[in-house]
Amino acid sequence: MYDPASAINGKTDVFSAMAENPAVVALTELAADAKFDRNELTITVARENIVAACEAVKAAGYNFFEDVTAVDWYPQEPRFQLSYHIVSHSLKQRVRLRVLLDSSDASIPSITSAWPSANFYEREVFDLFGIDFPGHPRLTRIMMPENWQGHPLRKDYPVEGYR
Amino acid sequence: MAPVAAPDRITPGVEDVVADAKLHAGMGSGEHSMVLNMGPQHPSTHGVLRLVIELDGEIVVALAPDIGYLHTGIEKTCEAKFYQQVVPLTDRIDYLSPMTNNLAYCLAVEKLLDLEIPERAQLIRVLLNEITRIQSHLVWLGTHAMDIGALTMFLYCWREREATLRIFEAVSGQRMMTSYFRIGGLALEPPMGFYESIQTFLDSMPAHIDQYENLLTGNPIWMGRLKGVGTLSAADAIALGVTGPPLRASGVDWDLRRDMPYSGYERFKFDVPVSNVGDVWARYTVRMLEMRESVKICLQAMGMLKGMTGPIVADAPKIVLPNREKMKTEMEALIHHFKIVTEGFGVPAGEVYQAVESPRGEMGYYVVSDGTAKPYRVHMRNPSFATLQALETMCKGRLIADVVAVIGSIDIVLGEIDR
Repeated sequence: MYDPASAINGKTDVFSAMAENPAVVALTELAADAKFDRNELTITVARENIVAACEAVKAAGYNFFEDVTAVDWYPQEPRFQLSYHIVSHSLKQRVRLRVLLDSSDASIPSITSAWPSANFYEREVFDLFGIDFPGHPRLTRIMMPENWQGHPLRKDYPVEGYR
Repeated sequence: MAPVAAPDRITPGVEDVVADAKLHAGMGSGEHSMVLNMGPQHPSTHGVLRLVIELDGEIVVALAPDIGYLHTGIEKTCEAKFYQQVVPLTDRIDYLSPMTNNLAYCLAVEKLLDLEIPERAQLIRVLLNEITRIQSHLVWLGTHAMDIGALTMFLYCWREREATLRIFEAVSGQRMMTSYFRIGGLALEPPMGFYESIQTFLDSMPAHIDQYENLLTGNPIWMGRLKGVGTLSAADAIALGVTGPPLRASGVDWDLRRDMPYSGYERFKFDVPVSNVGDVWARYTVRMLEMRESVKICLQAMGMLKGMTGPIVADAPKIVLPNREKMKTEMEALIHHFKIVTEGFGVPAGEVYQAVESPRGEMGYYVVSDGTAKPYRVHMRNPSFATLQALETMCKGRLIADVVAVIGSIDIVLGEIDR
């Protein structure tokens, strides 16, 4: 069974335990927090640094962008968590970049300049969570009809929809 | 005629394609383009995919996929279910590879729980996953050939697919929505005659693949329609998030089964077919070779399973349902059964991302737990969703007839795009 003590928490501990890891080396400056849990490395960065962080891990060999999605921690603040999964074909490793957003200003720069494949994923998060991605070339709804009201994957949106 | 508005590599939206056509008409050069609506029920769009295509004569100028027609909010539904109740939902995402979906989700939750899965269950999971891959590739081959005009192929492929569906039915009671894997192992002991029926299928499969190749590989029409069509470079494939056979056909040697093994794949010896050409033909050859490799993996798994005994579920009574015998004789088992069914089981808080190599590419499950019995968030990273972004790059500047060949070659399933 899972033992919570096996996780390493905090930037200092993770960065000293994994000093060799290319993502750790690349993000020494930009990381705000870090976690190594269940063999997965998560590095938290500030919202304004996300594009720089993506470029940094890309330069460190993490060449393939897999996925970005959000988690709604309503009613906590910061409410939204964005998780970017990036894998390296040469290192055979994955890194997760995490960004926390307040509900009062749910927007984050688009990373389509670094990886065009983020296009559909950011549109999906915009559609289902209502998070804005300034810099995205065409941010429109992708799953729901264009005239839909609300963002279905938010926790304050009922499973059955509004009646 | 070149598209006026669209930046490189970014798939445009429907309104962009229409605006682009208006721009061309308004340039005063006498140039006119046509906007064609294809789908959402066009037979060659493999589901309810709608394409809006700007055409200059027969040449594709710009192309926009319009998706969401099958959006059923599976990710939202998962949040209202217990962990074990999510398994049947995962079948319905990519309905051509149910076992792969089950596996990815179960592995993700098992990673959250840090559960140890018995070797026998792992091997049966691998075995069924490779049969799923063969089955899915058969559907791809049959429909792809039918799109191109080789109608006979469909029937041959369906003949072999029937054998795989019979195996699924025997093992799970269902032909397509199997839900056979459970968090912690498998739902049931494989039935009598299970290995024999798989052995018969595996013995016949290489000859059947030869038969398909006899019908298609040397066929001049088939070559003419596939070679040099829909070329995608390795750099474009990586930039656009393409995974699986289309990525390997573009020359990127990456297979999660070999490079980031899961469920005991590190014990198997198999080759990963790669081609450097990147066209529809390359994707065809890569998938044909993959079917042969899957047969090899299945045979190895059968060899390892021979004479093997042992449990098919992990030793975790608070997570895995007890078998019926135990429930009738042991008070503890009955209590556990009651608690799992009525309250579910708590999963330690945390987040995991588990990716597996599905027949279409990288299928990843991102599961977030807040410590309760229901997942706080389940997100699926589906291969078709990302691969669809590459469609415009592959089709731009080519004939409209090639669009149909390219859609067939990327083997998308709209169920997993829209979720």
